[in-house]
Amino acid sequence: MIAVALWSVAVLLALALAGVVLSTRPRGSVILYGGCLLTTSTLCVTALAHLLYFPQMTPSATLPIGLPWLGAHFRLDALSAFFLVVVNLGGAAASLFAVGYGSHEESPGRVLPFYPAYLAGMNTVVLANDAFSFLVAWEFMSLTSWALVVSHHREAENVRAGYVYLLMASFGTLTLLLAFGLLASGAGYDFDAIRASHPSAALAGTVMILALLGAGSKAGLVPLHAWLPLAHPAAPSHVSGLMSGVMTKVAVYGFVRIVFDLLPEPVWWWSVVVLLVGGPTATLGVLYALMQRDIKRLLAYSTIENIGIIFTGLGLALAFKAQGLDWVAALALTAALLHVFNHALFKSLLFFGAGAVLEVTGERDMEKLGGLIHRMPKTAFVMLVGCVAISALPPFNGFVSEWLTFQAILLSPQLPNWGLKLIVPAVGGLLALAAAFAAACFVKLYGISFLGRPRSDVAASAHETDRFSLVAMFALAALCLVAGILPGLFIDALAPVSKAMVGNVMPHQTGLDWMTIVPIAESRSSYNGLLVLLFVALSGMAAASAIHRLASDRLRRAPAWDCGYPDPNPAIQYSASSFSQPIRRVFGSVIFAAREIGEMPPPLSPAPARLAVDMRDLIWDVLYAPIAKVVGVVTERINMLQFLTIRSYLTLVFAALIVLLLVVAL
Amino acid sequence: MTALRDMLSQGVQMCLVLLLAPLLTGFVRKVKARLLRRRGPPLLQPYRDLVRLMRKDVVLADNASWLFRVIPYLMFAGTWVAASLVPTFGNGLLFSWTADLIAIIALLGSARFFQALAGMDVGTAFGGIGSSREVMIASLAEPAMLITVFSVAMIAGSTQLSYVAEFMNSDAVGLRVSLGMAFVALTIVALAENARIPVDNPATHLELTMVHEAMVLEYSGRHLALVDLSSQLKLLLYVSLIACVFLPWGTAAADAGVARLGVGALIYVGKLVVLGFLLALFETSIAKMRVFRIPEFLGAALMLALLATLLRFVSGSL
Repeated sequence: MIAVALWSVAVLLALALAGVVLSTRPRGSVILYGGCLLTTSTLCVTALAHLLYFPQMTPSATLPIGLPWLGAHFRLDALSAFFLVVVNLGGAAASLFAVGYGSHEESPGRVLPFYPAYLAGMNTVVLANDAFSFLVAWEFMSLTSWALVVSHHREAENVRAGYVYLLMASFGTLTLLLAFGLLASGAGYDFDAIRASHPSAALAGTVMILALLGAGSKAGLVPLHAWLPLAHPAAPSHVSGLMSGVMTKVAVYGFVRIVFDLLPEPVWWWSVVVLLVGGPTATLGVLYALMQRDIKRLLAYSTIENIGIIFTGLGLALAFKAQGLDWVAALALTAALLHVFNHALFKSLLFFGAGAVLEVTGERDMEKLGGLIHRMPKTAFVMLVGCVAISALPPFNGFVSEWLTFQAILLSPQLPNWGLKLIVPAVGGLLALAAAFAAACFVKLYGISFLGRPRSDVAASAHETDRFSLVAMFALAALCLVAGILPGLFIDALAPVSKAMVGNVMPHQTGLDWMTIVPIAESRSSYNGLLVLLFVALSGMAAASAIHRLASDRLRRAPAWDCGYPDPNPAIQYSASSFSQPIRRVFGSVIFAAREIGEMPPPLSPAPARLAVDMRDLIWDVLYAPIAKVVGVVTERINMLQFLTIRSYLTLVFAALIVLLLVVAL
Repeated sequence: MTALRDMLSQGVQMCLVLLLAPLLTGFVRKVKARLLRRRGPPLLQPYRDLVRLMRKDVVLADNASWLFRVIPYLMFAGTWVAASLVPTFGNGLLFSWTADLIAIIALLGSARFFQALAGMDVGTAFGGIGSSREVMIASLAEPAMLITVFSVAMIAGSTQLSYVAEFMNSDAVGLRVSLGMAFVALTIVALAENARIPVDNPATHLELTMVHEAMVLEYSGRHLALVDLSSQLKLLLYVSLIACVFLPWGTAAADAGVARLGVGALIYVGKLVVLGFLLALFETSIAKMRVFRIPEFLGAALMLALLATLLRFVSGSL
């Protein structure tokens, strides 16, 4: 198993080298993405087989690379296998999508070599079994994705995005380096040795915070999220899908690996930290998303929301585990991991759909789209599935994982700790807000871009995208439905992971009547997506056939009614900004310091009145801008050192020597 | 035998909610009219309207998509399924385990999601204004509803409505501060969700004040009939939900005989009459709010629900 996995990674790296040559060939991108598709599919099937049939086995391998006295350790256990499935399912879907989409790339030389390398990096992070390999792979993943972010480097915005991304990625790696350094102080870099060691409570707490910072900065936890909405949309769309759908999950993997696996038993205050970061991340992320008019940026902000939901689940698992309720911890962890899987599915799907729209119209700005359901019917259909799924509406998959998270929250009265008893329901309230905002956000995305009338010529002349892209999107949409109506299968598949991480599992689900899921007991809660779908479909069809047969089935086409004032100008429609205006007015005035500035022309002047909306990212203003300012001032001062005379440099060297000697002497 | 009885009881429930929903709307309208010293339309008028609309042709806007035509059926089906899962006259619903209270709210959320999309499909200004305001109201009402459910579920130890209703009917529940708050919060949410005064006016046709009506402006014929029927079902659902959780007396138990179920049905109709009358009374005694006052109104519901959740330890059993 591990051999297959490592060979696949090697094949991906070889493909990366081949990409340099292939990028100059006319059909090169098809060959390269085809190769990636085959390799990631192999990896996905291998990992799935491991997760389903041999979850107890932990094959490992040591390669003679890396640190000379350490070597590179790799290991495949249930947690790695699950995340390998997520990474490679997303990778396979993105590769299939790119077989069609990638042929439109203007500068393939800047994408093709890095794409397989990026996939290889993410897989290696998940497989690594020592801190050194983990960090090298993590940094490799960051750098290759950075290269992909700046692949369209002629747009100034992308370069800025790349710069911010590089800074934040370095920060994340730095904190992880510190975390592993502290962990390794007593044991060494090998994960097996770290697991066996017994760090003190203070050390373990510090490592947890550092891991939260490091993994959180990669995953996009507020307030470390600022780079994410800049970087994810800048990359080509299949890479955006991978970054949002998959790479953030690799960050979640890093957090779970360190906190649930490498560290000893959690302490209750860890969960408070994670919950207080996770809940607000979910709500703020989706509020930001609601304010966007760029499709891909909206999707990137929505990723932040979903990461918040996942980290809330992880925080709940920590809380219940720390208080000895490991059966609830199993429920919360399963909910979080299921959301990892679900989000990878629908976020990839939505980014691919946005990519398809971008490809045929050249527009990411919703204000220039509209009416695409008539011109791209198949893309519009799968996007609708994605939007319903991500809005956590039954019978699709997003609802199941949020429902499970809510079930875990409802068990908070069982917690002995009074602080947690009160914090957990409050975080539940934040999640409820996030769920409602998410629905509003995706009504906006879908309603403005796909419904209504075209707002520009490019939208009016759009056409359906290519076959490969459609197959990839339909496959993801089908998986969204399957995971929504048969969640029991997925919950049972996660049992070995939860067993390994929190020492308990959710009750066995498959085999219950009609594939119902019952997380705790039937008297408490149960849900059956299959029957909900069946009932809704049956009653809808019954109503349709009854009305058509008994009453009327006639239909006439006529101009729109619009209260008697239909206007052919498409500008009369609600725009993306006006759609979110009520919510901006209610919530934005506090959170974004949003102001509407109206400018009226003087009386009798025929000039148009103008309305401008001013919104600020307060986190950027309060946290990032001052840091950037301090760094700027400091570098300005240090800059002086570059323009000294040779005498001054010699004096400095001499002074440094004396200081060092003094330090050694004392 | 029990299987047959359960099946029948579920079937009767499905038909009952479908048949009673227009009557409840007609009753509320009638009471409102009488309170205003008008004679008002006959009680059966909503049925006549539905039949009349169903018989008419659909006049579809030129650029309406397939989604616009499918949505009325989706909305109706989702709302009907949700309404069939809320216990009305008896607790032992055959399929109550299919969806718990959170799933029922989410089903209604799906219906609203599609309704808001329908408002934007034709690409008119009024449709957009309706959808935009609807999602603003929903973005506050839905979390308030969910948190109310949290507080009730944490007290009852279940999100399964049949079990919640049984618990509320038992002595274990006692008198609780948080249940009172949850009741007020749920009432406010129910007013907002059903587009009642003071949040929206179901009778208005003044374009700029309407939310729900603006969204469905382009619908006609059988599509409009289904949209109307769905909103009537939704009103019935919320009234049943309030009755089921906060006025649980008289509902037949899961294993009750046919006679007891009949009594349960009578009591249920009685509850509908009382709650419908209270709704009409409330609506006639208050003015509609401006759109941007609604967030404050719903924010109060949100805060009450959150307090109800946090205060559930207070006065457990008096």
